[in-house]
Amino acid sequence: MTMTTTNDMIAASPARRRFGGGDLIGLAIILLVAVIGYFLFPNNLALLTRIIAAALLVLSLDLVTGYCGVATLGHAALFGAGAYAAGIASAHYGINDPLAMLAFGIVAGAVAGLICGVVILRAHGLPQLVLSIALIHLFHEFANKASSWTGGSDGLSGIAPTALLGLYEFDLWGRTAYVFGVVLLAIVFVLLRLIVRSPFGMLCRGIKEDPVRIRSMGASPKIALTKMYVISGAVAGVGGALNAISTQVVGLDSLSFTMSAESLVMLVLGGTGTLFGALTGTVVFMFFEDVVSAANPFHWLTMVGALLIAVVLFAPKGLYGTAAAFVARRREAK
Amino acid sequence: MQTVLSIAIDALAYGMVLFVISIGLSVTMGLMRVVNLAHGAFAMIGGYIASYAARDLGLAYGFAVLLAIFGTIVIAVPIERLLYRRIYGAPELTQVLMTIGITFCIIGIANYVFGPTLKTVPLPSELQGSVDLGFRAIATHRIFAIVCGLAVAAGLWYAIEKTAFGVKLRASVDNAAMAAALGVRTEIVYAVSFAVAVGLAAFGGVVGAELLPVEPYYALRYMVTFLVVVSVGGAGSIPGALVACLLLGAIDTTGRYLMPEFGEFFFYLAVIAIICVFPRGLAGRAKG
Repeated sequence: MTMTTTNDMIAASPARRRFGGGDLIGLAIILLVAVIGYFLFPNNLALLTRIIAAALLVLSLDLVTGYCGVATLGHAALFGAGAYAAGIASAHYGINDPLAMLAFGIVAGAVAGLICGVVILRAHGLPQLVLSIALIHLFHEFANKASSWTGGSDGLSGIAPTALLGLYEFDLWGRTAYVFGVVLLAIVFVLLRLIVRSPFGMLCRGIKEDPVRIRSMGASPKIALTKMYVISGAVAGVGGALNAISTQVVGLDSLSFTMSAESLVMLVLGGTGTLFGALTGTVVFMFFEDVVSAANPFHWLTMVGALLIAVVLFAPKGLYGTAAAFVARRREAK
Repeated sequence: MQTVLSIAIDALAYGMVLFVISIGLSVTMGLMRVVNLAHGAFAMIGGYIASYAARDLGLAYGFAVLLAIFGTIVIAVPIERLLYRRIYGAPELTQVLMTIGITFCIIGIANYVFGPTLKTVPLPSELQGSVDLGFRAIATHRIFAIVCGLAVAAGLWYAIEKTAFGVKLRASVDNAAMAAALGVRTEIVYAVSFAVAVGLAAFGGVVGAELLPVEPYYALRYMVTFLVVVSVGGAGSIPGALVACLLLGAIDTTGRYLMPEFGEFFFYLAVIAIICVFPRGLAGRAKG
């Protein structure tokens, strides 16, 4: 039984191909959507940049939840760590170069990923979930109390990134921030495609399917998952740093349980275990949020809840997963 | 000495309230293997109903409590029939999403219906004031909460260990398929224990309204606390849950008294430490 699933899994995904035509098409679609977004919403680039930052968080969550099967409700800790690191570097140490801030965000995200990974992977099932919730609350409390560093509940302000590469100022319309974000997303996407297709990525999938079998094959699930957590932290850190650079303020909400839960909702809405699913979910969710909360902010939580229940009941594979399965069925029928 | 004693009493009362609310979660989690994040939401519904009945309708406290319990059960049973039924045996992530979705919905609706303010459940005059123990006065309500907790613990122990239903319940917890094969109607066992669990949650929500104030974000704020109790105590274990509640109540209350600034911080730190040391809970069974 387990053997057939593992074999199916390996046969189903062309692991040998390093970076094929499908990936180029995916990259082209991302860039195309980004260009269309730029021309459709020239006055709302801040929202689009926020979507990109959230997409990076959801991609990062997909790495641990979709590919490794770790259920976590505390993933915003990694994102917030990146955001605060980039913000603190600028506000307290005068490191205002965006790329340096980004580097700080990545490192902080990776460190937070290592911490969270080591703690969360100690348990399974319910205790694992509880650990992740406790961790995000711990990070939140910590940021709240260390207010001389983080600004506490007022948020961290005084972030003033200088021109990108010394050439492009971050303007009021957020054009630079948007282009910066799109480039980051494209780079991260290509790297993640390579990682999830690599033998290491396949190992992580194998662990999700059957950890006992992987262990008997001689690999250590824990080390592999911790590595994945660090990668995931770096990706979330990119998102956090992008958020700090583009909005020039970091609030406690970037470390909140709600943010973690929402990122999980976005992931599941799009479909776990595929990078496109993560991206689809984020875009749909964020637009939906923008429309609904503009209409009536009070019903937002109810809507999210209803949306979640509907996805679980009617589209358990998520939007992208359901669409992909539909296309695959059509193709088979021919 | 005074401080130690007041900490002890408060910790005991808080722990007992936690116990009343989370024991139902523990039993259903052990029985149905559903990670139910919406349990706190049911306690919150109980608190709201009691508050509405006692404050706005002016009913007696005891009557308000009964109304809260039955009202919450009436609300929860259709949710179980329509939604929970579908996620039994589903992967954990699915269960988490479904139940967190339910929680969000309930929070949103509570916010809409009752508004974002704190709701109080007015206490009857017998429970106000304090009892003088000679060397120290203790708020009557604290004693009431402690007594309620003990009564629930004793009642559950009796029901599970000594009655025919308890035998079926334990059989279903250990091996649902085998119990069903031996003629236990597991569906009924599930439904009854779900109803009892929800009723206890509502009861705890009302009794503990002084300690855990009822407001729309109640369900999210204490979600982790209730889940922690279950994962620390081990799902399905009453003694485990009792020990976990007293332990966590003590940690939380002591933290609040001695370091009010960092109370929450140490609570979560302690939670992480406990789970890291006992990943299967204090009285955990081998499989989770």
